[in-house]
Parts: sequence; C-alpha cells; structure tokens
Amino acid sequence: MTHAVSPQSDARPQPSWMKRNKLAIAPWIFLIPALIFFAIYVVIPIFESLWLSLYEWNGLYDAEGNSTATWVGFANYAKLWDDPNFWTSLRNNIAWLVLYMLAVPLGLFIALFLNQTVTGMRFYKSMFFFPFVISQVVVGLIFGWFYNPDFGVVGTVWKAVFCEETTNILGNVTFTCSRPAPDILSSPEWATYGIIAAGLWPQIAYCMILYLTGLNNVAADQIEAARLDGAKGWKMLWYVVVPQLKPATFIAVVVTVIGALRSFDMIAIMTQGGPFGSTNVLSHYMFEVAISEYGERYGYGSSVATVLFGIMLFFISYFLWRMYQDEKGGR
Amino acid sequence: MFPRPIEKSTPTARAAYQAFLPVALIIWLLPLLAILLTSIRSAKDINSGNVFGWPSEFAIIENYTAVFTQSAAAQYMWNSVLITVPTVMISVALACLAGYALAIYKFRVALPLFFLFVAGNFIPFQILMVPVRDMSVQTGLYDTIAGQFLFHAAFQTGFCTLFMRNFIKALPFDLIESARIEGIAEWKIFWYVVLPLVRPAIAALAVLIFTFVWNDFFWANVLTQGESAKPITAGVRALNGQFVNNWHLVSAASLLAAIPPVACFFLMQRHFIAGLTLGAVK
Repeated sequence: MTHAVSPQSDARPQPSWMKRNKLAIAPWIFLIPALIFFAIYVVIPIFESLWLSLYEWNGLYDAEGNSTATWVGFANYAKLWDDPNFWTSLRNNIAWLVLYMLAVPLGLFIALFLNQTVTGMRFYKSMFFFPFVISQVVVGLIFGWFYNPDFGVVGTVWKAVFCEETTNILGNVTFTCSRPAPDILSSPEWATYGIIAAGLWPQIAYCMILYLTGLNNVAADQIEAARLDGAKGWKMLWYVVVPQLKPATFIAVVVTVIGALRSFDMIAIMTQGGPFGSTNVLSHYMFEVAISEYGERYGYGSSVATVLFGIMLFFISYFLWRMYQDEKGGR
Repeated sequence: MFPRPIEKSTPTARAAYQAFLPVALIIWLLPLLAILLTSIRSAKDINSGNVFGWPSEFAIIENYTAVFTQSAAAQYMWNSVLITVPTVMISVALACLAGYALAIYKFRVALPLFFLFVAGNFIPFQILMVPVRDMSVQTGLYDTIAGQFLFHAAFQTGFCTLFMRNFIKALPFDLIESARIEGIAEWKIFWYVVLPLVRPAIAALAVLIFTFVWNDFFWANVLTQGESAKPITAGVRALNGQFVNNWHLVSAASLLAAIPPVACFFLMQRHFIAGLTLGAVK
C-alpha cells in the first residue's frame, strides 16, 4: 500500500525518514514488546525442546557452566518405541480425545434445555456453568472423593443397593455386601474412564455456554419459516438450527480437542498416572519422566513432549487453515 | 427461537419445566453440593461415617479457621494473588499493543504473525517445560513469584493478542482513517481513539486470564518447590497430603481456592462469556 502522507507534513520543508515511513515502522513498534516476550518464553523453547529430544541430559551443568548433555541422536525415540508406558499413555490420549468429544453434543443438549426465558433463567444458566470456573484441581479432588468406595458417593449408593446393614450385640454396625463396592480409581481397567467422566463435567459446561450464546443468534425468521413448512423436533434441530450453530461448534471442538490433549491436572490429582501407569497420558508421562525422584531425564521427557506436540500440531494446522479460510472470506 | 418457547405450550408443560429445573440443577451440581456440605461438618461426623446425612453439628467457622491456622493456606492464597495480578496486567497491556498492530496495519507478515500467536496459544505446555524450567533455574527465577508471572504473562499474551486483534478488527476502520487524515500521530490514535473502544475486551480478558492463571496447576509444579512461592492450587494438593482423611478440611480448603474465580465470574459474567467464545460467537 502507498504511504499516506498527511496534508500537514506537506507544508513542512523535509519530512524525516521516520515520518515518511511511519505506517511501515509503527506496527513493529507496537509489536516488539509482545513479540520479544512471546519469543523468549514460547517460540524459542519449542525449538529447544525439539533439539533437546536428541540429547541425554540430567539438567546439570559442569563447573564452567556448560551443559552436560550428550548427543544421542534418535536413541530417545527408539527407546520410546519399546516403552510400554508410552504406548499406554498414547492409547489413553486417544480415549480422552474420543470420549471428551461427548462434551460437544451433551453441551448442546443442556443448552437446548436451558434456552428458555422463564423467571430466574439467568441464575440457572450461570449455575450450570459453575463447574468450568473452578480449578481442575478442585474438580479432581471432588471426584476422587465422589468415587471413594468407603465413604464417597459411589460407595454410599453401592451400600444402599447391594449391602445389608447388621448390628451385632455390642451395637457395632457391619455391612455385608453381596458384591464389594467398586474402587474405580484403583482399577487399571476403569480408572481412566473415571477420570475422563470427571473431566467431562467442566467441559460440558464450557460447550453449553458456547451453544447458549450461539442459540441467541439463530435467525428467528428462518426458524419461523421452517416451522410454517412443518419442520419440528429433530429435523428442525438438524437441518435448520445446527447449521446456524457452526461457529459455536467449531470453537467447541477446538477447545475440547485442546482440553483433551492438555489433560494433566486431574490425572495428577486423582491417580498420578497409576495404578501401574494405567491412567497416564502423554502430558503426565512427560512430566513424570522429566522430573522424577529418580533424577531428571530432560532428553527423554522432551522426546515424549515432541510426540505430543506433533499430535497437537496436526490439529492446530487444521484450525489455522480454517481460520485462514475465514480471513480470506472476510475481506 | 429454538426450542419453541415454553410460554407458548400448555400450562402443565410450563409447570413441569419449572419444577424440573431445580432438580436438574441439583443433580448437575451434586458433587459440588456434597463437598460444600462436607466442608461444614465436624470431624465427628466424618469419623462416624455420617457423610451424606444432615450434619449433626455445624462447624463452618471451626473448619475454615482450621484451614488457615493449621496450614500455609493464607500464604498460598496471597501467592496466587501476587502471581495472577501482574500476569493480567502485563499480558493484556502487551496484547492491546500487538492486537492493534495486527488489526490496523496492512503489512505482509501481519497474518503469519497473528497465526504465530494463535498457534502458540494451543501448544501443549510440556513442549515448553524443560527449557522454561532450565531458563528459570539459570536466571534465579526458579521458585519465585516473578518466575511464574513472567512465564504466564508471556504465554497468555498469545490468547490475549488473538482476542484483541479480532476485537479491534471489528471496529469501524473509518475512525482510524479519519484520525490519520487529521494528522494525528499513530500512538495517539492508539491511545485516544482505539483504547477507549476496547474497554469491553480488556474487561473480558482480565477476568478470563485471572481465572486461567489462578487455576493453573502444571506450572506451579514445574516452577516452584517450597511453600514460599506456591499458589493455592498446588497448595490444595499439599494440604490434601497433610489432612489425610480429614475430608472436612480438604473440602473447606478446596472451596476457598475456588472462591476468587467464582466471584470473578459472577461479578463479570457478561465479559467472561464474551471472552470464552473467543469473540467469534457474539
């Protein structure tokens, strides 16, 4: 674009180089603080991690301040290939991705249920959103207790259904159960699903709020027109409403994918990857490998992180491509 | 409006709907209600197995004071404040500048740079963990408040810039154009024309970033070790170890940790939701 020279600067004798090029220079002055900061803490560390995954390093420096890392090439990746914990983590990541997606339709379902204008609706909407606002650490603690077979909600309900209360002569109450209460978080088979169910709780709330805002913008005239044509119920939802909710769906999918792959807090709080590593996901396994009681393995940890980054990059590229299409269309 | 407004259906349907709403809400919030009820129970109830019945006595004050007197909860809470407040200020300020540059000026790398911020916002934390931790150790920022807020501010700048740029892009460009014709300096256009208009975006980002950073757990583990710099999320985990089987105290501590973001949400709900939809669903 041409440089816009303001009429006033024409009157002055010699506009300086700065003045003449101000529209080319100005954006950089506005950008530089954010760029430098972002580069130091985000962009450069990504490449450092990729590079570090080719080294073996315990994070220490020698007396001269040089890092003690040794080059091992792709040995870390070869080791990953033979590491059963890595494959368990990867499988769990896929389970997270697939099951977490349930948050999108369930969020839509609750949003449809709440999209009314009776008195007190605002209050109900915000209360349904509540789980998303509280920290995942707290959600993890709540559900860890919820699942407890002895005194949690699951245990209590189980006792009510399958157990018989008997009081012996001394007045002590004992329970005899036809089946022992399930200890969900200690079972290698079920623990991951237990954590995912807990994780779905706030995620459904998030998707719900996205859809509630989306439903506000659904064109009323189109709904009325479709109604006159006799559309209702599922058909109306699928052919008239859902297409109009596309922007909300896109964001719901993006945040759910990112959320599924980022899941760390709940696992760290509820099981710490156990029992026997059965609930690990890549994000938690990486942390466990890199910073553990048995010394730090930065190189190996970085290779796990690189795999996770690769998976995420696949999705990020797709999102960016979609955004790029929108940008082009928007001009 | 979809589904069909309930006012238009029969009075029975309307009554049924209104009666079902609170039931649905209670089921939805059951885990939270259970923990709320636990936090006001006495230790006697917990030990005697009365975890669901009506509390035999209320111990609200005892439990919540116990959390503060028997643990470093007050310190953790204060640390969280010291970490979140500077993060919000730095990242929002940087994003106003960067978002303005990316939205207003048409230069070749504007879109690639914008996508760099967007992509950076979506990457897994783990790919940054080792270098950021190593850098913090090297510069003496490990296990400090500053080490945490500097990182958070830089990372959140990505999200804030994404949001700000889209917000500023949606402003009428004529405003800037006419200011330029008047010969107003670029930084003055930013300061006097654009900044007053982006106030809603600043509010949205402030509450969102506050919540995100307050609820952070991963970086608290990576960048701290002692009590002195730990935020409340990591603190609650530590308390969980300390108060084993004292569920009433763990519950009270968890709820305390949740209060600031919850208050933030209820006070600034509209802004909060506008932020969550990334400004794309208006």
